[in-house]
Amino acid sequence: MEAFKNFKGIVAGLDRANVDTDQIIPKQFLKSIARTGFGKDLFFDWRYAPDGSPAADFPLNAERFKGASILVTGNNFGCGSSREHAVWAIQQDGFRALIAPSMESDGTCIPGFADIFRNNCGKNAVLAVELSAEEVRRIFDLIETTPGLEATVDLEKQCVIFHGREEVSFAFEIDSAVKHRLLNGLDDIGLTLEHDDAIRSFEKKHSPQLYR
Amino acid sequence: MGKTLFEKIWDQHVVKTLDDGTTILYIDRHLIHEVTSPQAFEGLRMTGRSVRQPQLTYATMDHNVPTTDRTHIADPISKAQMEKLTENCREFRVELYDLDSEEQGIVHIIGPELGLTLPGLTVVCGDSHTSTHGAFGTFAIGIGTSEVEHVLATQCLPQTKPKTFKVEFTGLPGDHVNAKDMILKLIGQIGTAGGTGYVLEYCGEAIRSLSMEARMTLCNMSIEAGARAGMIAPDDTTFEYIASGDRRFAPKGKDFEKAVAAWRKLPTDSDAVYDREITIDASKIAPQVTWGSSPGMVIDVTGRVPEPDKVPGYSAQDVKKALDYMGLKPGIPMTDIKIDTVFIGSCTNGRIEDLRAASKIFKGRKVAAGVTVLVVPGSQQVRKQAQSEGLDKIFSDAGCQWRQSGCSMCLAMNPDQLQPEERCASTSNRNFEGRQGKGGRTHLVSPEMAAAAAVEGHFVDIRTWS
Repeated sequence: MEAFKNFKGIVAGLDRANVDTDQIIPKQFLKSIARTGFGKDLFFDWRYAPDGSPAADFPLNAERFKGASILVTGNNFGCGSSREHAVWAIQQDGFRALIAPSMESDGTCIPGFADIFRNNCGKNAVLAVELSAEEVRRIFDLIETTPGLEATVDLEKQCVIFHGREEVSFAFEIDSAVKHRLLNGLDDIGLTLEHDDAIRSFEKKHSPQLYR
Repeated sequence: MGKTLFEKIWDQHVVKTLDDGTTILYIDRHLIHEVTSPQAFEGLRMTGRSVRQPQLTYATMDHNVPTTDRTHIADPISKAQMEKLTENCREFRVELYDLDSEEQGIVHIIGPELGLTLPGLTVVCGDSHTSTHGAFGTFAIGIGTSEVEHVLATQCLPQTKPKTFKVEFTGLPGDHVNAKDMILKLIGQIGTAGGTGYVLEYCGEAIRSLSMEARMTLCNMSIEAGARAGMIAPDDTTFEYIASGDRRFAPKGKDFEKAVAAWRKLPTDSDAVYDREITIDASKIAPQVTWGSSPGMVIDVTGRVPEPDKVPGYSAQDVKKALDYMGLKPGIPMTDIKIDTVFIGSCTNGRIEDLRAASKIFKGRKVAAGVTVLVVPGSQQVRKQAQSEGLDKIFSDAGCQWRQSGCSMCLAMNPDQLQPEERCASTSNRNFEGRQGKGGRTHLVSPEMAAAAAVEGHFVDIRTWS
């Protein structure tokens, strides 16, 4: 995996909750046996009109979001299917960081991202940033009032700085193991195989053929 | 302090815990299908790695397969994907149940059928509905393609330990109310992200009363509540299921007895503590029908399509968008909603008991004029069993189409797709926009509810319908 580097980019907003992976990349594109070529099909059903032209009512088609690399969305983004194609499509369409709110509802927390999707992001150098609902609301306001809004994503310092009329910085939490792997672009499989001795000795005492 | 079912299995599979808190977890069964594996095998090839434990890895074709003529795959891209799986399995020595196999079927249906799914194991598959296998007291999770490659190469998965969530169903569900209604009720209550970060453990009187197949339906849709895994402690129902039929990978004789003795130690200790708990009275659950484009947008069949600002957990804006997509107006009784298509099948409800339940409704009745009904068995074994019981004849006599096994219209990767604005009563698991075909409108229901809707042409309350 390529290492995640701090970057500055245009911020795009998609103010919808529960965006599922079927919307991110519809099933007809899952027939590919390649790992590339998914970018143009990101949000296919929302993004294109039936004649193949850009759909006028899809927010990300707005001119001011052209070339965006940071996507701000609603909570529970990436729910549904485990298809990693969803993250490939996001990444291959130019996005390197996603921001979604973690919300409180009836005393329980609704996370910004679905579990499997968030894992898949970590395997593809896409940073999934979770902020509070208030912070994300402020970012949507900033997007609304600042054409061409840019932000700097700093993974080392764990913050996103929005370059509006004034600079606004939001700090975020991230699992230290995920951060380390992202920053160093580590090969996950290689890391696990460094513990081959432990795996071998585990396999000697474990009998998965029958039961445990 | 005691341990939960999940914690016991987790602890038995820890290869190593790293300094950063990551656990290297051992995987006992890796199930593969044609859609999420080609890039993983390609990754192995590019790095010169092999499959560490081919004998713990099993493959089938399910997502793309046609359910009419299996000898001819019209879509060349689907065909290429299936051929790639055949090639990969041959090269990496992985057992494959292809279209010629009598054991082919949806990956989550054949795992239990073959006895691959057993209590106490860790199971993964590049498919979010891997949670199905948790019905056996198995820790089973869906993974992405990078993780598929990881498990192929190492038979392990780096994981952070999820939290535990006890979901207790007290009382017994009423007549014609079943596992599908129970899980939809739960999702309606906790939301589609209510289980994110947790492993759900279903327990209580209602769960004990469920058959293994019903338990699989319930665990299957844990992911629709956001949970990667849902589990049920193994009991005599579990052991009887494993001992029944011809499950060639299940332990036999003395091995089986030894296994059962170990499996009996798996249930959660009485003093174990969960991170979160919820109790639902199963006796009060009504048949459920979804009205929107998220599984949490669900209501009792006796209810009405809600007002946009009156749906807990969803913004008025999101509800309005969902209702627009579904072509529904607030205030309409659910039983007034007319349907065009009925889909009975999928890893949620494509097992023999589901087909039996649907066939009871269809017996001696006819599908309403203008309604198309697809009955798609979850596997070749289910299909064979159904035919031996004459269910295929009941379906055909009623005017349903009796198909070959596969995922079919659950995700519509094969030719079984809804047309724009076509409305479907579906026994599958997701009512997302476009899930069953671009512009298609999905209402999730149980097999009985789907069959009754097929006969009447609109939803009915199965409890009072005759």
